[in-house]
Amino acid sequence: MQPIEKEYSDIPGTTVFDADQSRKGYGVNMFCMSLLKEANRKAFKADEALYLKAFKLTPEQTDAVLNREWNRMLELGGNIYFTAKLGATDGLSFQQMAAKMTGSTQQEYADMMLAGGRSPNGARTKSEWKK
Amino acid sequence: MAKIVAGVATSHVPAIGAALDNGKTQEPYWQRVFAGYEESKKWIAEVKPDVCIVVFNDHATAFSVDVVPTFALGCAAEFAPADEGWGPRPVPVVHGHPELAAHIAQSVILDEFDLTVVNNMEVDHGLTVPLSLMFGQPEEWPCKIIPLAVNVVLFPPPTGNRCFNLGAAIRRAVESYPEDLKVVIFGTGGMSHQISGPRAGLINSEFDKAFLDGMSNDPQKIIKIKHVEYMREAGAEGIEMVMWLVMRGALDEHVRERYRFYTVPASNTAVGHLILENPSQMAAE
Repeated sequence: MQPIEKEYSDIPGTTVFDADQSRKGYGVNMFCMSLLKEANRKAFKADEALYLKAFKLTPEQTDAVLNREWNRMLELGGNIYFTAKLGATDGLSFQQMAAKMTGSTQQEYADMMLAGGRSPNGARTKSEWKK
Repeated sequence: MAKIVAGVATSHVPAIGAALDNGKTQEPYWQRVFAGYEESKKWIAEVKPDVCIVVFNDHATAFSVDVVPTFALGCAAEFAPADEGWGPRPVPVVHGHPELAAHIAQSVILDEFDLTVVNNMEVDHGLTVPLSLMFGQPEEWPCKIIPLAVNVVLFPPPTGNRCFNLGAAIRRAVESYPEDLKVVIFGTGGMSHQISGPRAGLINSEFDKAFLDGMSNDPQKIIKIKHVEYMREAGAEGIEMVMWLVMRGALDEHVRERYRFYTVPASNTAVGHLILENPSQMAAE
């Protein structure tokens, strides 16, 4: 079967968290969810790789988590509201995580926001995003 | 009889809660945001609602990916502030109105809106930040709160049209409740923002302002906005704005815009805020 074409797949720099992604990222997201408990945050910090073994992550997902590849986690089925809990465990705010995902320094990102944020012009479709 | 006298729309940016909780409200960056709610705090202190129905979204706090309800109504007596990873916000426990909530659940389900009943739910910044913005930092929240969680995390959320119609059903439910209660309904989340991926930081003030105008004057226009348009124009997480339409659906066709505030940014997000009075119900005061 041909994959179903999704009209939102043309939005650049964006992984829409739909049911397909949610199935793929179940392990990543449930791991992140476990970090809502202080005891689990401590256990994870004590031995990250060991802690992750309790969740059904693929080797790729495990690497993405251990290396804090925030965009890769989203591509592999993670959702930002879940990965934010990993960010929180690392002491990162949503804005600090966003800066990392855009490849900017925290200062550059904060300055962009203060100047009114990223314009939608040039960011609506993948074709205009590349230019 | 219970009645819905007004609707409040507001963003729920978590950093706003953190700024309040960490005593940063006087910093110029945050002063710009909080100053926009001074009028609103006075307004709601005068209106003195008995109950606020707060339409909000859970951010992977009460609901993981195990079960994702599209609409979930909080029918419990209490809702504790959740630990979202940074520790729970130091805000009061939220007290529900289980009798009215049960009545709403029964009424809207028989009205063909199949929502989920929740008897145990911790509430995150999506619910508590709007309360802080409207009520400040009291020892106890000054009224009962009925949380209505809308899924906007797993695509697709309900359509704007569906949200609007649910709002109308909630109004019918409230107006068929025998006790004299003054109810204010909150629509929260938005406005334009994207916090995920390389396109994070997107803000579209033009879209936001048109949406604010639509909330006031032309809801029939904005209930037709498609999900892909919200995401493309207002950022992947800007789709939260559908929650405002539940509130709008619970009000009269013609409302009185009592107050409007808009500022960019708070952290990653455009902050929008409206107070819409329901003329037919306010008049009875």
